[in-house]
Amino acid sequence: MLVLTLVLVPLAAGLLLLGLKPDLPRKILVSVVTLAVCCGSVALALLPMAGWPPHVGLQDLPVSAHAINLGMFLVELAMSLFILYVGIRAKKPLIVLLILAQAGLMVWFELGPGAHLEVAQNLFVDKFTVIMALINGIVGGGICIYALGYMREYHEVAHRDVPDRRPLFFALLFIFMGAMFGLVFANNLVWLYLFWEITTLCSFLLIGYTQTEEAKRNALLALVMNLAGGLAFAVAIVWLQKKTGSIELQAMINSPDKALLLLPAALLCFAGITKSAQLPFSSWLLGAMVAPTPVSALLHSSTMVKAGVYLVLRMAPLVAGTKVGMMVALVGAVTFVVGSLAAITSSEAKRVLAWSTVANLGLIVLCGGIGTYEAVWAGILLIIFHAVAKCLLFLCVGVVEHKLHSRNIEDMSGLVVRMPRVAIMMQIGMAGMFLAPFGMLISKWAVLKAVVDAYPSLSVFIAFGSAATLFFWVKWMGKLIEVVRPAERIKKELVLGEAIALYGLSAATALACLLFPLISSRFIEPYIYAVYGQSASLGAGNIIIMTIMMAMVLLFPVSFMGYGRGVKVVDAYLGGANVHSSVQFRSTADSVQDVAMGNYYLRNMFNEAWLSRWGVIGCALLLVAMLTVAFL
Amino acid sequence: MSPWIRILIYLVAAPIVGGLLAGWDRRISARMQSRRGPPIRQPFYDVMKLWDKQSFVTRRSQNFYIGFFLVMIIFTGALFFGGSDLLLVIFALTLAAIFFVLGAYKTSSPYSFVGAERELIQMMAYEPMILLTAIGMYMVTKSFAVNEIASHPTLLVLMLPGIFLGFLYTLEIKFRKSPFDLSCSHHAHQELVSGITTEFSGRTLALIEIAHWYENVFLLGWVYLFFASMPVLGVAMSLLVFGFVILVDNVFARLKWQTAVRSAWLVAAVLGFGNILVLSLMR
Repeated sequence: MLVLTLVLVPLAAGLLLLGLKPDLPRKILVSVVTLAVCCGSVALALLPMAGWPPHVGLQDLPVSAHAINLGMFLVELAMSLFILYVGIRAKKPLIVLLILAQAGLMVWFELGPGAHLEVAQNLFVDKFTVIMALINGIVGGGICIYALGYMREYHEVAHRDVPDRRPLFFALLFIFMGAMFGLVFANNLVWLYLFWEITTLCSFLLIGYTQTEEAKRNALLALVMNLAGGLAFAVAIVWLQKKTGSIELQAMINSPDKALLLLPAALLCFAGITKSAQLPFSSWLLGAMVAPTPVSALLHSSTMVKAGVYLVLRMAPLVAGTKVGMMVALVGAVTFVVGSLAAITSSEAKRVLAWSTVANLGLIVLCGGIGTYEAVWAGILLIIFHAVAKCLLFLCVGVVEHKLHSRNIEDMSGLVVRMPRVAIMMQIGMAGMFLAPFGMLISKWAVLKAVVDAYPSLSVFIAFGSAATLFFWVKWMGKLIEVVRPAERIKKELVLGEAIALYGLSAATALACLLFPLISSRFIEPYIYAVYGQSASLGAGNIIIMTIMMAMVLLFPVSFMGYGRGVKVVDAYLGGANVHSSVQFRSTADSVQDVAMGNYYLRNMFNEAWLSRWGVIGCALLLVAMLTVAFL
Repeated sequence: MSPWIRILIYLVAAPIVGGLLAGWDRRISARMQSRRGPPIRQPFYDVMKLWDKQSFVTRRSQNFYIGFFLVMIIFTGALFFGGSDLLLVIFALTLAAIFFVLGAYKTSSPYSFVGAERELIQMMAYEPMILLTAIGMYMVTKSFAVNEIASHPTLLVLMLPGIFLGFLYTLEIKFRKSPFDLSCSHHAHQELVSGITTEFSGRTLALIEIAHWYENVFLLGWVYLFFASMPVLGVAMSLLVFGFVILVDNVFARLKWQTAVRSAWLVAAVLGFGNILVLSLMR
């Protein structure tokens, strides 16, 4: 019952919120539902340990399975009609074509061959599902709470020109969350497909929230790309039913005849690659930045892109060791390098984060394509750590953007003085993204080992990508801590909702690192063991060393107790006589010059447009090759 | 020998060996430039003198970063000589270097700032080759653990000639020597003043020196790994490599950072990746 509640409560709350105009009841409803969902997902993780396995049967429901399927069919039909309307109104023939193709296919399937299909288990729960549900519940919940404070400031202070459609906004957030729960619990692929399409539609509506020309354009772009993935998904379902007579995810994964399933697996990987914004589809995720920050955070961390990599990792055992798997791995590897290099060239905070998401998802897709037990273990680790740290970073940038009216990294100089709390939390998030001994680095380490054991030559992608990652994160961190000129501390850094979310996520980032051995042994390793019959881990000795490093890094703030003791503060050396503190100096011909310092973006060396163009071409060719190989 | 004893020896001996190496560096460089040069013990005198100087800072928290830089460098070396995972050693080294760079950012001085940027660029330049070196060693010995790599019976350099040359190239960057003394330099002629260390003085500057001693000994230890099955040859080659670095330092002018990145990445892609490709085909 818990499983069904987790899906239905956010969906129901979403529909309720749609009609809720005033601020206070909305606040109460959002808080209550978020709390419920958080507790629910934690309960889902903990109850089996107390000897209460989750109950996923639908037999004792008051409605028949047939009625549920009919209801879902109607929802699907309504969504298709809406997308068709959007496509026609926007005069986008591609959208019309894609939606007609996939809706036609699914209608034919569900009235014809799929109508009398007996599905033994529509929902299921395993350890991987539990991990995804936890991420969705806790990180997604944090975003909803944050959005309460953020959206109020968004409409009342920062963006008065944008029409206030908050009821729709919060409704979509919760429907999105509910659909994501449905997506990870679904065993019936038709159900999974429905939830998949709901996330596509929700992301379209959320990206277009501000209704500016740019927002509309980017929303349509996201729609087109995700519809292409949806079409691949629909074809996969039809093919699977025709060849095996079953549309159950678990049956598919556990099937002994892997060669027969290679094509549907390849198609589902393709769908996953579109949803997780891998090259050549990364542009929709970059375009999605026009939406308010909670949307970006949601798309980048707990839902949407994670749905894509979830599916790819599910397909991993089927594609492991095949040419299809190799192509998928290469798409991920190329995306990782291109994304990391492109992130160097951008000074816009959200864009850096977006490229970094694309790159990290590339690593996860790489793991899925390799498909060995080590790789999948590393991939799941990446999903967990990335979700928490990336969400924290997006939410921090959102706050900074409201206070400084800029999301340019150069403007964040001296943030540690102006907004100390946010600056410190941002640094926690960044450390979580790339520094030893924090989460993402542990995962990258695991990825590297998995890649070296499977395809050693692919490790070169990781070597170059990681080097680039290091560069863009450290220069951003440096910008936050340097203080060139005296600055005032900004009053009231955070409102309540924002504070809860940010403190919570900072704690989660640190906790995920500290509890990582436990997360691995209790959740990831049992799943890997169930699928592969063997499992990976880092080894006790290494975990002890990591813990020691962690303790050392945590001691760093303690050293600040000696702040300013035993030192004499002087002005910086400027190469001329200092005129005004360290800010101005006397230069040639007695002129007074200002000091200005800007980070390197290496745009002459790495060109974002060039990188994306060749990345798109390369990865598109790889995908064509992948599908061709699978068909043959 | 138990790993703890090795670590203990490293902790005590590394600064002495590192300081002496720095002394030889100065003496040999001087002879190459037809000067007499200071006594071998000069680096120790310098550090002792710095230790008694008053500490000037531009920002009050800048020295903490350097303290952690030293701690993390020592930790890195201890992991290495303790026989731990080579990848973990690289990550610890990176963490140490990041503390150094952040310290320079914190000083908020233009010369330090440019030094910090360039140091980051240098890190970006050498990181791929260093990772590929660890991977190459793993492919030959089937282990990332330093003690197992060291006790492997084959002479690694024979299997990893490309990687060894690539590693030598990145060592030039890692030692911050010409042609790659971009981020900071001991020589007074630099347009960068003294780059990343511009605003560090007194004890903190002494700590940076000591950190470099530890770091250099660790790096030469890594060179030794290539020859670990023949210990005498290994020590001789490490010293020879150090001499080679000094020679290159004296005969080359400084290169632009663009050249540093491009050439280091090219070396990693051709020598490093090429070597790995050959190894994976041989399996």
